[in-house]
Amino acid sequence: MFFVGIDIGSTASKVAVRGQKELEFVLPTGWNSKETAFQIKKNLFDVYGIDVTNNDVITISTGYGRVSVPYADKTVTEITCHAKGVQVMHNLKSCTIIDVGGQDTKIISIKDGNVDDFTMNDKCSAGTGKFLEIMCNRLGLTIDELFTFANKGKVLQISSMCTVFAESEIIGLMGDGNKREDIAAGVVDSVATKVKQLATRHGLRNNVILTGGLSINPIFIKILSEHLGQPIIAHEKGRFAGAIGAAVIAQK
Amino acid sequence: MIKLPDNFETFDEKRKKGFIALMEEKEKGKKVVGTFCSYTPIELILAAGAVSVSLCGNSEQGIPEAEAILPKTLCPLIKSSFGLAISDKCPYFYFSDMILAETTCDGKKKMYELLNEIKPVHVMHLPQGQNGPLSIEAWKEQIKQTAKYLGDFFNTEITEENLHNAIVERNRIRKAILKAYEVTKLVPSPVSGYELSSIIEATDFHFTDDDIVEYLETKTNQLLSNYKPLDPNKKLRPRLMLTGCPHTGVRDKIIKKVEDLGADIVVLDSCAGPRTQRILVDETKDPYEALAEKYLKINCSVMTPNDGRFEDLKAVIEEYKVDGVIEMVLFACHTFAIEAHKTKKFISEELGLPYIRIDTDFSSSDSAQIQTRLEAFLEMIS
Ligand code: SF4
Ligand code: SF4
Repeated sequence: MFFVGIDIGSTASKVAVRGQKELEFVLPTGWNSKETAFQIKKNLFDVYGIDVTNNDVITISTGYGRVSVPYADKTVTEITCHAKGVQVMHNLKSCTIIDVGGQDTKIISIKDGNVDDFTMNDKCSAGTGKFLEIMCNRLGLTIDELFTFANKGKVLQISSMCTVFAESEIIGLMGDGNKREDIAAGVVDSVATKVKQLATRHGLRNNVILTGGLSINPIFIKILSEHLGQPIIAHEKGRFAGAIGAAVIAQK
Repeated sequence: MIKLPDNFETFDEKRKKGFIALMEEKEKGKKVVGTFCSYTPIELILAAGAVSVSLCGNSEQGIPEAEAILPKTLCPLIKSSFGLAISDKCPYFYFSDMILAETTCDGKKKMYELLNEIKPVHVMHLPQGQNGPLSIEAWKEQIKQTAKYLGDFFNTEITEENLHNAIVERNRIRKAILKAYEVTKLVPSPVSGYELSSIIEATDFHFTDDDIVEYLETKTNQLLSNYKPLDPNKKLRPRLMLTGCPHTGVRDKIIKKVEDLGADIVVLDSCAGPRTQRILVDETKDPYEALAEKYLKINCSVMTPNDGRFEDLKAVIEEYKVDGVIEMVLFACHTFAIEAHKTKKFISEELGLPYIRIDTDFSSSDSAQIQTRLEAFLEMIS
């Protein structure tokens, strides 16, 4: 048997397989999540020989594009899948998950193995991957470069929480001849501050786990944990938490 | 002269019908008083020989018109109520002879000043707390003065006898509404929250009390006869309460959605819900005293403190065997938004039940996000 978890996020789509084989891969979501779902099906077959239409394959889709996977046997929300994924990856019964996603940021508390409360920031792109992406474009940096620069810079306060205003603020800072390092540090600080606000409002337990694309970025982990005043636990497969969770749920 | 609004021809069929029906009532000489809030002592209106109609906006309609005058960052309920009124789109406002309002939240009470420019608005001064010194006395005095105002306005006199009769009538309707609400005490509930809310809302469109009571009794009996015990092979759907701001504007977005996802809303806990309907007016007391007592007992976040709401929540949750609570807060509703902090604590810590808060307005722009939240909430419960 194969258990396939597909997490269609706003920027990246993550796939995890459990059962006879254990593997993960990621694809950009592109503009059409149906197309992405089709591409995933093709990859699973061409590269790994897994045919999702077979009876011995159970597929669960999750993420904001979960309904765009026509061959999924079931859809489960990213909240439940993240919670499941983190628990099996970290072997923890109680913790708080911070997931910084492309389009939203969520905080999930887990108590005795179950989701006990969650908060989502999805109305506004402050504190999400989208914010970083826009600022990177503006600064002419890749995400990795942004963090490398930020690590060397001195935080230049970016006071606007709104992405559109923050972008003009950055243009102003650039025009004033500020160092890119300092602006980059300001951008990262702004994301960490916003995540902290959301997390504080929600309430944090011990064992704070970071998931999502930034969970393999040591500089972001360092800066965020300084903001939270608490160590952050991350996993090299942190971005796959939702997909792994979906695969594990499929197993049951 | 009674005439239709100038833009009548541009309305859809439903709206046209609403206008015509009300116009016929007006031609028969009916007096109409528009209201916006559960604190309005409707008995006064009845005793003055008029009918009351609820004018709360509950859709995006009117919002663009309202935003030409009111701040964009105002509660959608206020914006839509105001917009419908100023654009002559709501038959009830259009045919209202006057508006009876109260000083509740800041947005509403200031909006009434603007409304007063197009229609007579009488604003009752509602105390800001239920237990403050002289709260009850002041409110009783307001009710008395309003009775005088209505009497003068409609060229009649509100006698104690009229008022007493109105109290008895309204109590009868309250009991009928409460009975209908109580159908969902059955496990599993024989009616969806969506359907039940449509049934109860429809009472706004029946004009005589006998009609309303008869309609409600028929519906209640029908619903009761639909009851079937739980099929032993099936799982009981989670029984939820919807609390927070008035929810008529988010019926599709929240009530329908969560019920489509597999739960039942068994308590519509708004200011018009069971917790308010079950407070009757004492028929044996001085009518003014009795009205003051009844209406001041309504627990709304505009009161400070509003501790009674928590007692109500607890009692209703137990009676209706609620498994989880959804709190809906309309954008820019400060009183409910702030109080939600306490509600959450109370529900999750004191009562140990799952709680989710949804902040929204009447637009459909966030329906995908709301769907995810509700779905995740249900996954969390089951
Ligand atoms: S929520 Fe409060 S202010 Fe609003 S209508 Fe109800 S009782 Fe009145
Ligand atoms: S929902 Fe809140 S802000 Fe809106 S009218 Fe009612 S009390 Fe006022």
